[in-house]
Amino acid sequence: MSLWSRIGNVFRGERLNREIDEELEAHLLEALAEGRDPAEARRAFGSIMRHREESRDARLVTWLESLRSDAVFGLRQLRKTKVTSLAAILSLALAIGACTSAFRLIDAILLRPLPVANPDKLYDLTREGIGPEGKPQTFDGWAYPDFQLMRAAVKDQAELFAVSYAEPVDLTYKSDEEIEKAYLQYVSGWMFPTLGLRPALGRVFTENDDLKPGGHPYAVLSSDYWTHRFGQDPKVIGRTFRMGNELYEIAGVVEAPFTGTEPGTMVDIFVPTMMNPAVTRKDSTWHRTLAMVKPGAAMEAIRQKLEATSRAFEEERAKGFMGMSKKEIDNFLNQKVLLEPASNGVSDMQSETRRPLAVLGALVVLVLLIASANVANLLTAQASARAREMAVRVSIGGGRWRLIQLVLVQSAWLALLAAAIGGLFAWWSGPFVVSMINPPDNPARLILPSDWRVLGFGLLLALAVTLLFGLAPALRASSVHPVSALKGGEDPHSKRRLMHALIAVQVAFCFLVLFVAGLFVTTFERLSHQSVGFSADRVLVVDTVAKTPQPVEFWEQVAEHVGSVQGVEAVALADSPLLGGSGWNNFISVNGAPPNGVLSYMRAVSPGWLEAMKIQLIDGRDFRPGDAHPGAALVNETFAKTYFDGADPVGKAFDLSLDEGASLHYEIVGYVRDVRYRNLREPILPQLYVPFHSVDGKGASGKRGAGVLLVRTSLANPRSLASVLRQEVPRARPEFRVSRVRTQLEINQSLTVRERLLATLAFFFAIVALLLAGVGLYGVLHYSVLQRRREIGIRMAVGAQAGIIARLVTKEVFSMVLLGAAAGVALGMLSVRYVETLFYQVRATDLEMLALPSLAILVGALLAALRPVTQAVRIDPASMLRAE
Amino acid sequence: MAKPDSLQGSMDLLVLKILSRRPGLHGYAIMSAIQDISGEVLRVEEGSLYPALHRMEEAGWIRAEWITKDTGRRARLYELTAAGKKQLGMEESRWQAVTLAVNRVLREA
Repeated sequence: MSLWSRIGNVFRGERLNREIDEELEAHLLEALAEGRDPAEARRAFGSIMRHREESRDARLVTWLESLRSDAVFGLRQLRKTKVTSLAAILSLALAIGACTSAFRLIDAILLRPLPVANPDKLYDLTREGIGPEGKPQTFDGWAYPDFQLMRAAVKDQAELFAVSYAEPVDLTYKSDEEIEKAYLQYVSGWMFPTLGLRPALGRVFTENDDLKPGGHPYAVLSSDYWTHRFGQDPKVIGRTFRMGNELYEIAGVVEAPFTGTEPGTMVDIFVPTMMNPAVTRKDSTWHRTLAMVKPGAAMEAIRQKLEATSRAFEEERAKGFMGMSKKEIDNFLNQKVLLEPASNGVSDMQSETRRPLAVLGALVVLVLLIASANVANLLTAQASARAREMAVRVSIGGGRWRLIQLVLVQSAWLALLAAAIGGLFAWWSGPFVVSMINPPDNPARLILPSDWRVLGFGLLLALAVTLLFGLAPALRASSVHPVSALKGGEDPHSKRRLMHALIAVQVAFCFLVLFVAGLFVTTFERLSHQSVGFSADRVLVVDTVAKTPQPVEFWEQVAEHVGSVQGVEAVALADSPLLGGSGWNNFISVNGAPPNGVLSYMRAVSPGWLEAMKIQLIDGRDFRPGDAHPGAALVNETFAKTYFDGADPVGKAFDLSLDEGASLHYEIVGYVRDVRYRNLREPILPQLYVPFHSVDGKGASGKRGAGVLLVRTSLANPRSLASVLRQEVPRARPEFRVSRVRTQLEINQSLTVRERLLATLAFFFAIVALLLAGVGLYGVLHYSVLQRRREIGIRMAVGAQAGIIARLVTKEVFSMVLLGAAAGVALGMLSVRYVETLFYQVRATDLEMLALPSLAILVGALLAALRPVTQAVRIDPASMLRAE
Repeated sequence: MAKPDSLQGSMDLLVLKILSRRPGLHGYAIMSAIQDISGEVLRVEEGSLYPALHRMEEAGWIRAEWITKDTGRRARLYELTAAGKKQLGMEESRWQAVTLAVNRVLREA
């Protein structure tokens, strides 16, 4: 059997065999019906097997042969026009590569199912309702006691399990000298059996590992962590690490590739929920609740049971609420419980990047369409050059389908070559893009496999692109009329019309890409250049921890010691860094009046903090030694506006309302300028700073286990002090360790990572789109000049001026550019609504946002037109007419 | 292994001609028709008929269709396509040219 029929076997072998057999069988039956002797008929017929093979060959090989010869011919055609083919392949490769790498990212974050049993039965419990600010909000955090009640309530229909929000923690393996970071997640012990996860080593948790608060100091590692931290050492079982005051023993390693339920965060260490200090608290919503629904269970029934159980729990708790209005409590209780599908996990990264990724996806698709239009135009131009060849093929009997196949095979070559190069590009750029999203000290770690999903996507894309840009030229080529084509060409305008339409489409898409890119770049510019109210230059943020909480005096000694290190200009202590993302808040009561419902955001800082962060003091004074929390306070401008109608609040007093009716009294000693609190987008919050030095009711100093040292250095590169500080801190007091050193600048920049990513990629795609559209425009103009050489020659011979010729050549194309740009504006206005939330202080209707892309397209079009127009004007009528 | 009565070279012509006159024949009927009309002089090698039919089908000269007969059995019926008509014309003129040439040789040699 020949190679080709073997290949054919794959596509349509079995059915074909059956058909041939049936037909041969029918022949013999026919012979018998005529009264022939069965043995004679069979003998006359010969070997069925042999005939079957001959028939098969006849029916398969011709088709495969034609495909093969088309493939060879198509490749030869491409090589004949090396430069144009290469340009087409490269532009397509860029577009396909961008698409594939966008797909890899989108797939890894949003689409890929978790590597667990029955991911499609997995749901995330979420509450939806009206938040304290009167706006709709959803939140999927739960308190453990509530979770326990809900789990029992739906025991028969679904298995609920708790997973905490994965977070980096400080831990030590050998001595306390070496603190390292690892991502840790508290999980219900029965999560492992529920998700069908098996150990790669040792054991994983079960229900029995998660029974008693604080009673199960065991850990399960992820395979990934076991590999990169321990080199897959089997002796890791039984080793211990210290986290906080607790010593944990490693019980096992869970099989790869499971790394938790949060795409974007790869969990290193799993510990039982019972080890979380908040596990008994009713007011701390520190974990997600996932539900594995049993087959056949009714979702709505489960949902209602959960809602009823959770409501009963919160109603009981709400009896003790203070400082909330009746309406707020009602809103809180009336929250609806939802079951959101979680087959691909749940993470903040998903919700944060869903829209940006969708925008990026749309941009790369537009770029792909622009590139496809280019290739379609190239093929159309080529097809017109090949009109004679096609006409000959038709007149010697080439069927219409044969010709379509011929052109499509050539497009497939282009697409496949482009997909191969694009694949390489995607393979390289995927991790590169991920590294761009990563803040240096807190990397988002993603599984980015290049598996059959990505390969399948790439091939599908190549196929779609082949049909997209190959079909029109193919149909056109195959409908060639031999007589008119051989006589010297059919209507030349019909081809130009198609090309012109594609130009308009390209310009429209290009405008859209430029427009959106402009908006993102402006957003990033405005966001990153706005004032934060303090100076981040040369400031190191030194996260410091103590084995056990230490008296604040010891913290002050450490700060004092660090202040004496060479290169340090100023040092201050705080509970958390500015713009670090976290915060705490309280209601304020002025003159004993009830709180006005606006939360004030707090930070504990030491004397010298204002100076270290270069925050301007408007009135009053900084903290000084002797000030304590509670007692003295600094407040910002928004605080004064919110609670004191904007009057200078120095010397005034207020109370912090705590839970259960208690309150703390403060006197305002200083009035400072506004600074940004946790992020760059929200309005400035009312802020209140209290002394780092805390005292309890009896006047004894408070203790702290963790804090940050803010170190303003005199060095251009403050990081060079990091290792010195790591040594100096324990030298000041042996109980203290540095767990992490960042620069304040890094913290600030990490807040615009998403915007920077969008701006950079959108800008990149805008350049590519402009380039591709320019190339396309050039190609079409060039082609039309070539085609109209004779006409131009004649016009010039009868006295047409260069200007008229230029207008003649460019008029149609430029009207297409205008049409395309107008369509682009309309498209932009329509589509931008879906991404408005991603913008900052910029609007789609801003004039410059529309003017810039228009200008870019105009300049691009002029540049593209320059050469073809010069060519047209330089046509020498005499030689042209002679040549004809 | 060519048999003395094989129709090498002219099978296509005969099949196309038969189908041009009587569209919708199955393989056995085509074979019978060739034998009947030629007065049993031309005998189609039964086995080689089908590969030939399939080859012509793939070349686009004839097309086939499965039908279910009254007896419940399925049969594959063939008919000429437009390309087949052209092909028949070409084959006929080629045949005329060849027989003319052979006759001339027989007459004048």
